[in-house]
Amino acid sequence: MAGTDVSGPLLEMQGIVKTFPGVRALGGVDLDVRAGEVHCLLGQNGAGKSTLIKVLAGAHQPDEGVIRWRGEQVRLSDPQAAMSLGIATIYQELDLVAGLSVADNVYLGRERSRFGLSRPAADQRATAELMARLGHPEIRPGTEVGALSAASQQMVSIARALSQDARLIVMDEPSAVLDNEEVERLFDVVRDLTAQGVAVVYISHRLEEIRQVGDRITVIKDGRTVATGLPARETPTREVISLMTGRTIEYVFPQRTERPAASAAPVLEVTALSVPGRFSDVSFTVAPGEILGLAGLVGSGRSEVLEAVYGARRPSTGEVRVDGRKLRAGDVAAAVGAGVGLAPEERKSQALLLGDPIYRNITLSSLARFSRAGFLSVRAEKAAAIEQTEALDLRPVDVDREVRTLSGGNQQKVVLARWLLRDCRVLLLDEPTRGVDVGARSEIYALVRALADRGVAVVVVSSEIPEVLGLADRVLVLADGRVMADEPATALDEHRVLDLVMQGLPSGATHTTEGHVA
Amino acid sequence: MTEQTSTTTAAGASPASDRPGPPPSTRGSSGGGFLSGSVGRNMGLVVAFALLCIVGIVTAGDRFASTDNVVTILRLAAVVGVVSIGMTFVIIGGGIDLSVGALVALSSVWATTLATQAMAADTHWIVMVGTAVLVGAVAGLVNGVVIAYGKLVAFIATLAMLAAARGLAEIIANRRTQTVRDESFLSFFGASPLGIPMLVWIFAVVAVAGWVLLNRTTFGRRTFAVGGNAEAARLAGIRVQRHTVALYVLSGVTCGIAAVMLMARTTTGSSTHGTLLELDAIAAVVIGGTLLVGGRGTIVGTVLGVLIFTTLSNVFTLNNLSSSSQAVAKGVIIVAAVLLQQRVAAGRRQKRSGKALPPTAAEGAPAGASPGVPAP
Repeated sequence: MAGTDVSGPLLEMQGIVKTFPGVRALGGVDLDVRAGEVHCLLGQNGAGKSTLIKVLAGAHQPDEGVIRWRGEQVRLSDPQAAMSLGIATIYQELDLVAGLSVADNVYLGRERSRFGLSRPAADQRATAELMARLGHPEIRPGTEVGALSAASQQMVSIARALSQDARLIVMDEPSAVLDNEEVERLFDVVRDLTAQGVAVVYISHRLEEIRQVGDRITVIKDGRTVATGLPARETPTREVISLMTGRTIEYVFPQRTERPAASAAPVLEVTALSVPGRFSDVSFTVAPGEILGLAGLVGSGRSEVLEAVYGARRPSTGEVRVDGRKLRAGDVAAAVGAGVGLAPEERKSQALLLGDPIYRNITLSSLARFSRAGFLSVRAEKAAAIEQTEALDLRPVDVDREVRTLSGGNQQKVVLARWLLRDCRVLLLDEPTRGVDVGARSEIYALVRALADRGVAVVVVSSEIPEVLGLADRVLVLADGRVMADEPATALDEHRVLDLVMQGLPSGATHTTEGHVA
Repeated sequence: MTEQTSTTTAAGASPASDRPGPPPSTRGSSGGGFLSGSVGRNMGLVVAFALLCIVGIVTAGDRFASTDNVVTILRLAAVVGVVSIGMTFVIIGGGIDLSVGALVALSSVWATTLATQAMAADTHWIVMVGTAVLVGAVAGLVNGVVIAYGKLVAFIATLAMLAAARGLAEIIANRRTQTVRDESFLSFFGASPLGIPMLVWIFAVVAVAGWVLLNRTTFGRRTFAVGGNAEAARLAGIRVQRHTVALYVLSGVTCGIAAVMLMARTTTGSSTHGTLLELDAIAAVVIGGTLLVGGRGTIVGTVLGVLIFTTLSNVFTLNNLSSSSQAVAKGVIIVAAVLLQQRVAAGRRQKRSGKALPPTAAEGAPAGASPGVPAP
């Protein structure tokens, strides 16, 4: 795209593929960055942004694809290789040593020395110059980094990048930890850098920021580039959101089941639930056999609603009832006891015992059923686990296998099997197809529908609007922590949902303290 | 129960007796039943233990391979062994208990005060046992509550308990050694049913009970889950805080039992009992293959760890080597054992996951998202 430019792109990535056991994190990403531009990288959680920048930083090796730097093909075999080319990455979790001074951090690993003695004065002078160049002379070289604000710490990271003569700086959601004024100052620095010819790859979920500071946009989804080189200021918001949330592949959604019109009493009743700073006054009911979808952007409060219902997050007001009985707020065990199950967003860290066999993961929430006076019957556990894996078509059927070795789709089935085994009444699914291979998604959809047909009340959260619309019977649209609509899925389409989402977005281009990206 | 007990002691003692030959793996798989899997997994330890016994026989001959000496080894192993069983639970559950030595001292002192002994004299010596166990349990409860609900790091909380409990023991005993006067207490615990000292029986019973609790009950399964992934355990509906408290109470109870055993062995209660016991217990648990980060571990490994250390001291003592050189050897063994286990574990994982990518790649978040845990 930029190939016709006289100068040519600074960085070109073509067809980058990266596979982890069980999941394809990147399935062909293209990205080109010109010198002196702010190139925005957009994508939902799990789209592959983090993997991509790790490839760019030399922390991950791509399985396929070509990386060109100033027109020459390069291999970024380790972080040092990337750094020596002039690619610096500023991660979300800043990699600074809190107990060392600003100057020590800037020159960490490259301290100037003479006759084996360090020369702190030289480092300090150079650091002071860098800080002045960044417009932040108030950050003193001798200050301990741990005592600085998050914004100042970012400046230290940027100074470190500059001290290494970086030509390309990747910033991973730098605004997530900053307030309005700090973001403005960060933008000033970004503009100064680009004026000096440094390229910046800027990652953020916040469209209004991208309007303010970006030159061009690349959108990735499901590990692929879906659009690149879009003008950052002119591209309509609706188009950008639609690219981020739209479908890249036609999935097969199961047929909705005809239900007797609202005759059954609701299983799950949520009334006026609020978590300060996340969402407020959320109410809904779910009938047996019904699938309720929660649609919204990152930060809309959709995952937090699930967590509050499940008791993993304590609400400030409101109540949750299952089969008419009120649940104790903030008590997961009470929710599980009442028949609620959660398949959380981060399966590996929040749901699974990765080193344990499949059967133990499946029976974890139903141990009482397999025990008499506290003594477990492993035989009964395994028999029940085998029954579930067969019902879910989970391969391999060997329930002694470590969960770690399974694919994303099969790991999700293990989590679902856990709740199936409990005969749960309410199933909460947070991003049920995250990390699941595209091919296995239809299978998960069919499973969720089959569960609902057994009378389970299901609540599904997803970043992908088509997924919510295709799977759910009824959809709750959330924006900025408020319910914008509660309508049958058939009455909504993607455009309507986008309209609702945009209505709920904080107005104006100013930065707002919307929910932290979870 | 009795039959299982004798299997444990037999498995532990057989290489030390006159047959140093091949490790008792065949015995485990054919007869033991419940030992088979564990012995297989702890093959390295079994081999190390067997080698140690061979060294003992070669250097000390009959002085090592006599029934008397074997009984001596087991008797010495008993006290630290009981504490190590409790420690195994705490460490598998993702914690650590540095206060065990101090709790043994406090329990032994509290159970031998004039008041307690007077009450025991009026009623039954079981009062002394009950006191020791209760003191251990309550101190463990304090540990657990501070860690689970006060959110203190286990290392710090139990370090504080270590200092406080030993201090309290000194206050109660007024820094004097308290003699156990109850003859029936001493004769009961001094007896040797079937030629095996009562202390060894107690160790065996505690070990078997610990094995059953860890591997055959919901409590044990939840311990693995809480130590392996506390967040996943919580979201699966396990009451993680309550369980954590129970683990420290359990450790406290084993300290109480160990205190009784020490009282019987030394006929005293003293604030100096159990000094540095925590280090021996942790070392035994760790070389037994239990991961310090939690989620993995075995009772059989811990028992073997205890036996290895005790036998090592015994061999050194029989050869008139100083306790200082024993300490050096101990340090070497700890490092060597853990290094070896890491190798074995890595090899096993590679074999299991077949030709998949190296384990480091498997750890990485594949979807590229940071694992932001939205715990409140």
